[in-house]
Amino acid sequence: MKFQRKQETKASIPTSSMPDIIFMLLIFFMVTTVFKEFRGLPILTPAARSTEKVEAKRNITYVWTDKNNRISVDDKIIPVSVVSDIIGEKFAANRRLIISLKIDKEVKMGMVSDIQEQLRDAYALRINYSTRFK
Amino acid sequence: MLKNKKKKRDSEIFTSSMADIAFLLLIFFLVTTTIDMDKGINLTLPEKGGAEVKIKKGNIAALLVNESGQVLLDDQLIPLEEVARLIKEKIQEKGFDNDGKPKLVVSIKTARETDYDIYIQVLDQVKVAGATKISIAEPEQ
Repeated sequence: MKFQRKQETKASIPTSSMPDIIFMLLIFFMVTTVFKEFRGLPILTPAARSTEKVEAKRNITYVWTDKNNRISVDDKIIPVSVVSDIIGEKFAANRRLIISLKIDKEVKMGMVSDIQEQLRDAYALRINYSTRFK
Repeated sequence: MLKNKKKKRDSEIFTSSMADIAFLLLIFFLVTTTIDMDKGINLTLPEKGGAEVKIKKGNIAALLVNESGQVLLDDQLIPLEEVARLIKEKIQEKGFDNDGKPKLVVSIKTARETDYDIYIQVLDQVKVAGATKISIAEPEQ
């Protein structure tokens, strides 16, 4: 038996569909990219071993508190007493609201408790203490 | 003067560079995308004015944290690192409900001057120990 050797094989990768693939990826990243509008206050969150991920990013509202006891919600520095009004409004619009408390390590518990009381006034009971992985 | 009219104009969009442009955009979005996850310790606050829940006194583990970071568990001074182990022991001791949740209720009380960091460390250890019923008491005045 004679072996037939194929002398010439044309080996070429079709590149015509490459732009389509890239465009698809491009559109994916364009859609998933969320530009951060505001980064809040400069804080250092505590580390914890039981840190969990928070689902439903769209339902999250951040309450920032830095070590000088300044509170910021939605880009504005506000006094503690107004927190319940602002969060209350948000809770009325979205009942699945989760409050992410971004509090600096050095803040005293009195302040944290005051904020929590305000949140309870606003019926926003689902909270999350923002922490880092340990 | 002669008017030179081009009869046939080659009108064509060059598509060969399209891939390059798309790549450039792709790389831009790849670099700028930050998929940052929100992470932390989840907790549900009690409703205001809700009915008081009666718990058997024996099922409560009271954790008191003062302003200098000292921890009292049921009136005994314990080191901060021991919280998880001791709470775990207590959970085993008190047993579990029918739904598999521990019967033990951990109450954490802090002083107003306690650092948030210490509070989180205590809460973290309680969570690590597996306690699901956690009560946050208002700080002492």
